[in-house]
Amino acid sequence: MFKYLETHLPKLVLAPTVIAMLVCMYGFIAWTAGLSFTKSRMLPQWEFVGLDQYARLFSNPRWQVALDNLFIFVFLFILVSLVLGLLLAIFLDQKVRAEGALRTIYLYPMAISFVVTGTAWKWILNPGLGIEKLVRDFGFTDFEFRWLVEQDMAIYTIVIAAVWQSSGFVMAMFLAGLRGVDDNLVKAAQIDGASKIQTYWHIILPMMKPVFFGAIVVLAHIAIKSFDLVQALTGGGPGYASDLPANFMYTFAFSRAQMGLGAASAMIMLCGVLAILVPYLYSELRTKRS
Amino acid sequence: MKFKLSALAAATALSLAPMSHAGEVEVLHWWTSGGEAASVQFLKQQLESKGVTWTDFAVAGGGGESAMTVLKSRAISGNPPTAAQIKGPSIQEWGDLGFLASINDVATQANWDNVLPTVVSDVMKHNGEYVAAPVNVHRVNWLWANPEVFRKAGATIPTTWDDFMVQAGKLKAAGYIPLAHGGQAWQDATVFEAVVLGVGGAEYYQKAFVEGDMDMLNSDTTVKVFDVFGQLRQFIDANSPGRDWNVATSMVINGEAGMQIMGDWAKGEFKVAGKNAGTDFVCVAAPGTSGSFTFNVDSFAFFSQSDADKSEAQGVMADAILSTEFQEVFNLNKGSIPARLGMDRSAFDSCAHDSMDAFVASSQTGGLVPSFAHGMAVSEAVAGAIYDTATNYFNSTDSAETGAQQLVAAISAAQ
Repeated sequence: MFKYLETHLPKLVLAPTVIAMLVCMYGFIAWTAGLSFTKSRMLPQWEFVGLDQYARLFSNPRWQVALDNLFIFVFLFILVSLVLGLLLAIFLDQKVRAEGALRTIYLYPMAISFVVTGTAWKWILNPGLGIEKLVRDFGFTDFEFRWLVEQDMAIYTIVIAAVWQSSGFVMAMFLAGLRGVDDNLVKAAQIDGASKIQTYWHIILPMMKPVFFGAIVVLAHIAIKSFDLVQALTGGGPGYASDLPANFMYTFAFSRAQMGLGAASAMIMLCGVLAILVPYLYSELRTKRS
Repeated sequence: MKFKLSALAAATALSLAPMSHAGEVEVLHWWTSGGEAASVQFLKQQLESKGVTWTDFAVAGGGGESAMTVLKSRAISGNPPTAAQIKGPSIQEWGDLGFLASINDVATQANWDNVLPTVVSDVMKHNGEYVAAPVNVHRVNWLWANPEVFRKAGATIPTTWDDFMVQAGKLKAAGYIPLAHGGQAWQDATVFEAVVLGVGGAEYYQKAFVEGDMDMLNSDTTVKVFDVFGQLRQFIDANSPGRDWNVATSMVINGEAGMQIMGDWAKGEFKVAGKNAGTDFVCVAAPGTSGSFTFNVDSFAFFSQSDADKSEAQGVMADAILSTEFQEVFNLNKGSIPARLGMDRSAFDSCAHDSMDAFVASSQTGGLVPSFAHGMAVSEAVAGAIYDTATNYFNSTDSAETGAQQLVAAISAAQ
């Protein structure tokens, strides 16, 4: 008995988690995939219609808008967060005074939920309440900054708020990476006469590759599943101009009684996440084996 | 106030009466804010006086989206509540899925067919049997105006859409926001609905937006509707996107804006601000819709129960909902009018009187139409398609032709 436990204990301890994950993650992914091939409307209905829902999905102008927005958002959000986070980390790494305090300040937005961020930025960006009014009150009466209420620009306000929220976190990742760089390397470079910029560009940044990968994977999945930020900041508006796929999915599956269509859009989102994760996992696993 | 006391007295008197029924109702609703919660409380007291235990199952969230999600999961798991706040075509959808219980016995006994207008009772029936009980009738096509603003700007309250453009122009020139509006999809749809009715008339509205007649939707009238709707863009302020409807109402109340197009629940905001109908604010039918009435009826639908006691309790609840006491108290609180006809109307204000008159009159002329912006006319899928087109068009600079084409495409895709 004891021996049995000894050999099987790790498996027994892990079993509940594995089962929970199998059912709650993969089970429901399979369920959703199944639903996306049915004509389910208000409630699940197992009458299969093939790829009909996907065809309807891609002919829906609102989905096209959401998809375009996702590309804009993912690209800009990751890029700007990485650049800002990296710069902040490099500046903080110059042995500045009160680094602890500064670090905390930059990291703080991460502690706030997206709903709070969204609501705060909604007020800051509102033409009648926030920046536009402030600058106008300073005397620049022609100043205009009303992206929040413009159909073409609303998605960029979401980028702004998301970057504000996440760049501190990227900074922390890079800062940890920078601290791990061997001082001797930097010193050697200095002795060889490399300038500070050259040192960073040619020596330190290439060593940050794993951090870049890690940050991109974390940011990408934050971006693809973004829902609460849009809901709080723009509510998908003006019109549906700042919808993201997650908002689309929620609206159609739960308040529009088009469960099949919602499931189809969820599957497309899953494919988006996989497209990013699979190459990453592949490269990770391959390096470990070799 | 006098009435409330007498209602209370009635409730107390009933509570002393011998308890003839027993059972329990579990009621899913999303009436959690001030006046609405008080109304629900009144219904609870009425039922408890008849020996029915009330289990409150309130799921907050204005439009009831979260409540509906909860209801779906409860229904799928085979454990639906006794009654739930469902309205319009959704009642038919639930009925088609076989979840609803007939309360026809109670309805026949209390003669619902005679006390309810046909348009209302039709919505409450599935396969000819009553499965739901109506609590109120909202009129959606109202125009709320601040007469002070109009006086200062030298404008008059418009009765047609052509006149609206003229008068709104005057308000704008005088430095007011002509139309207080919140840029949320359902509010865009509410204004759009008023334009459809005002420009196209009740027959066009019924054919195109209720029956989904493609010939009607493809007609020039649709383009004209979009043209008028598009002209309204210039009369709202730049800060409107995302604004809640009650914030827009307060802009009319404090004289920042001249008008708002909103259902009769807006009256509650004026009342809370201490304003009086007729003097401090004016309620008139939205331009061009004076003979018409877009209705939005809230109701409770009853779910099939295996327990006989619970079924009996459902009957008691249905009966209480249609009682004159409940209809009066509830609708005074909510700003709507009673669903049953021929009630004493002395407790209601002038806006409610107008609403009652228009309700009866329009039911004779065919001007009584269900509101598509409030889920009374078409399935959720089609309503969603209309929402999307209306809100997208209103927030863009698209031409009326484009808007009309998009509407036709969206509706045919959703059907």
